[in-house]
Amino acid sequence: MAGYDGVFDTLGLRDWCDQDKADAPMSMAQLLAQSGGDDGESTPLAFPSLDTLHESCARISQTRDVTEGLEQGFLGIRAELKYVLDPLTQPLSWLLDGTLFVFETTPWWVMIPLLVALSWFVSRSKPVTVFVAGVLVFFSIIDHYDVAMQTLAIVFVCTGLSVLLGVPIGIGMSKSQTAQRIIVPILDLLQTLPTFVYLIPLIFLFSVTESKIYGIAVIVYAIVPVIRLTDLGIRLVDQDVVEAANAFGMTPAQKLARVELPLALPNIMAGVNQTIMMSLAMVVIASMISAPGLGVLVLRGIRSLDLGVGIVAGLGIVLLAVILDRVSKAALARVDTHRGHQ
Amino acid sequence: MSKVAIRGLYKIFGPKDREMVELVQGGMTKPDLMEQHGHVLGLEDINVDMAAGEITVIMGLSGSGKSTLIRHLNRLIDPSAGEILVDGEDVMKLGRAQLRALRQKKMSMVFQKFALLPHKTVQENAEMPLSVQGVDVSEQTAQARKWLARVGLDGFEDRFPAQLSGGMQQRVGIARALAANTDIMLMDEAFSALDPLIRTDMQDLLLELQAELQKTIVFITHDLDEALKIADHLVILKDGRVVQQGEPQDILLNPNDPYIEDFVSDINRARVLRVRSVMKPVSTDSFDGDVTANATLEDLITLSDGDTNRLYRVTDGNDVLGQLDMKDLVKALVPRTTTGPG
Repeated sequence: MAGYDGVFDTLGLRDWCDQDKADAPMSMAQLLAQSGGDDGESTPLAFPSLDTLHESCARISQTRDVTEGLEQGFLGIRAELKYVLDPLTQPLSWLLDGTLFVFETTPWWVMIPLLVALSWFVSRSKPVTVFVAGVLVFFSIIDHYDVAMQTLAIVFVCTGLSVLLGVPIGIGMSKSQTAQRIIVPILDLLQTLPTFVYLIPLIFLFSVTESKIYGIAVIVYAIVPVIRLTDLGIRLVDQDVVEAANAFGMTPAQKLARVELPLALPNIMAGVNQTIMMSLAMVVIASMISAPGLGVLVLRGIRSLDLGVGIVAGLGIVLLAVILDRVSKAALARVDTHRGHQ
Repeated sequence: MSKVAIRGLYKIFGPKDREMVELVQGGMTKPDLMEQHGHVLGLEDINVDMAAGEITVIMGLSGSGKSTLIRHLNRLIDPSAGEILVDGEDVMKLGRAQLRALRQKKMSMVFQKFALLPHKTVQENAEMPLSVQGVDVSEQTAQARKWLARVGLDGFEDRFPAQLSGGMQQRVGIARALAANTDIMLMDEAFSALDPLIRTDMQDLLLELQAELQKTIVFITHDLDEALKIADHLVILKDGRVVQQGEPQDILLNPNDPYIEDFVSDINRARVLRVRSVMKPVSTDSFDGDVTANATLEDLITLSDGDTNRLYRVTDGNDVLGQLDMKDLVKALVPRTTTGPG
C-alpha cells in the first residue's frame, strides 16, 4: 500500500478512488513492481506528485498521461491547424524552391560577380567587398560552392520575409501599449525555447518533403530581433522631432514615413543584422528537417563521426556568417553616417 | 477682436483630471491636490488675449507651466477645462482633420531644441511644412529658398542640420515656421538654447521680421530681459497662474506682486524703460532739448551727459507728447515696491 492511502481514506474519497479500479490498465511501473517482487511501497514522505498519488488513488492520472494528453490534444487539432496553415504557408515553399533553383542553376561565373557587386552596392566598402569575393572563391575551390549557395538562398529568403513581417509587427508594437504587452512575452518565449523544440510540432504539421517546414522554423526563430529593434527604434525617436511633426500637422502615415522610420533606421538595421545571424544559425539546425546546405554536411559529420567533413562545413558556416555580418554592418554604418555627422 | 484668446483654461495632470477641475475651482491648492488626490495642477484659470500682429510673451521660471500653456494653443496638449479661441473658433471643438488643417495653415511652431529632421537637408527641412500641406514642389522649393535667404542662410541649403551651429539651426527652425505661411507663430523658448550673443542676434532678427510681417507671435521665455525686449504684451506665469499681464513697461513700473518685484529688481531699467513710460504732461515751454518717445532712459542719460537739472521735451515725429525732468528719470531707475515706501 502506498504512502498517501490514509489521506484519501480520511477525506472519504476511497470509494471515488476505487471506482473502475479493476478496469484501469496496469502501469509499467506496477508491472515491474509486481514481477520484480518489489511491493511498490513508497517512502512515507515522498512528494505527493501525480505518480505517487496515483499509487494511492487510481483515479488520479499519472504524469505520462498528462504529456500523453497534451500530445493527443495537439494531434486532435492537427487536421484543422493544417487546413488553415497549409495554404497560408504554401507561398513560402514556392519562394524557397524558386530561390534555391535560381541559386543552384545560375552558373558560378554569373553568381559570384553578382554577389560581389551586391555587397559593394550595399556596403560601399572596398575591404568588405574584397573579403566577400575571397570567401566565395574559397568556397568554390574547396568544392563547397553549391552547399554554400543553398544556405545563402535560404538565409536570403528567410531574412527577407522576417523583415517584411517583422517591421510592421514592430511598428504596431511601438504604437500600442496593449500590443507590446501581448507580443513581448511571445518574443521572449520564441527566443528562449530550445531551437530543437521548434522542430517537433512542425514535423507533425507539415510534410518533411516540403521546403516550408524549415522555412517556418528559421523565420519564427530569426524574426524576433527585427521586431524588437523596430519597436525600440521607433520608441527611441527623438520626441522633440515627433512633436514638431505633429505641430506641422502631419498625418500618422506621414509621421511614420517621414520621421519615425527614417530616424529608427539605424536600430532597425541592427535588428536586420541580428536576424541574418540568427537565420544562419537556425538553417544549420533545420538541416535535421531537410533544409539543404552546409548544415547537412555538419549533420553528416556528427552522424558518421566524420571529423573533417564536420569541421570544414562548420568553418564554412562561420565564414558565411562573417561575410553576411560585415556586409550588413557596413550598410548600417552607411545609414548612420548619411546624416552629415562629421 | 483678439486673434487668439484663452478663456478659463485649466490643465491638471492625472487620470481623473476633469473631475479635479471642480475641486480646484472650489479653492483646493496645488499641494493639497497632489497630496489628497495624486493629481498635479499644471495650469489654473488662465485668461489671456493675444492681439493680431503683436508679440505676446509668456514668461515664467521652469515649472511655471509656460511650455504646457503654449502647447494648448495647437492642442499638442489637451486642456482639462476651458476654451481656446483662434479667430473666434473654439479649437477644442475641432475634429482630427480640422485640427491638422489648423496646425498646417494657421499656426507654425519653433522649438527650443530646434527639432529639425536630422536626415534631411536644410532646404528639405524648410520645405517640410509645405510638403505636408501637399503644395507643388516648385512652390515648396521657391518658398523654402526665399525664407532661408531671409534668415541669412543663403548657400547652406544642401547642408545637414548637424553640420550647422545652434544659432544657424534655429534660423532653419524659423525659416521652416515662416515657410508654413501661417498668421500665428508659436515660439517655445526658441532662443534659450543659444549663446547670449547669438541670442541677441536672433532677437534682433525676430523683431526685424516682425516689423515686416506683423504675425501674431506667442513667445515663451524664462528670461526677463528677452521678454522686455520683444514683448508687446507680457504675461507672467507662476505655479500655473497668471500673476500679472499687460504692457511690459507698465509691469516694470507697477509690479503688483512681490514675485514680480523680485524679478524686475535685477533688470537694467535704464536700458529697458522708455521715455514715454516715465514722461509727464507738458507744463512749461522752456526745454533743454528734444527726445523721442521710444528712446530708452539710457539714451537720454547719454544725451543729457548725466546732468540731472535738465528738462526735455518728448516728441513723436511732429507731435509733442510730454516732458521729462531728469530728476523723474533718476527716480524711475529705482525699483518701486508694493510693500515698502515709494
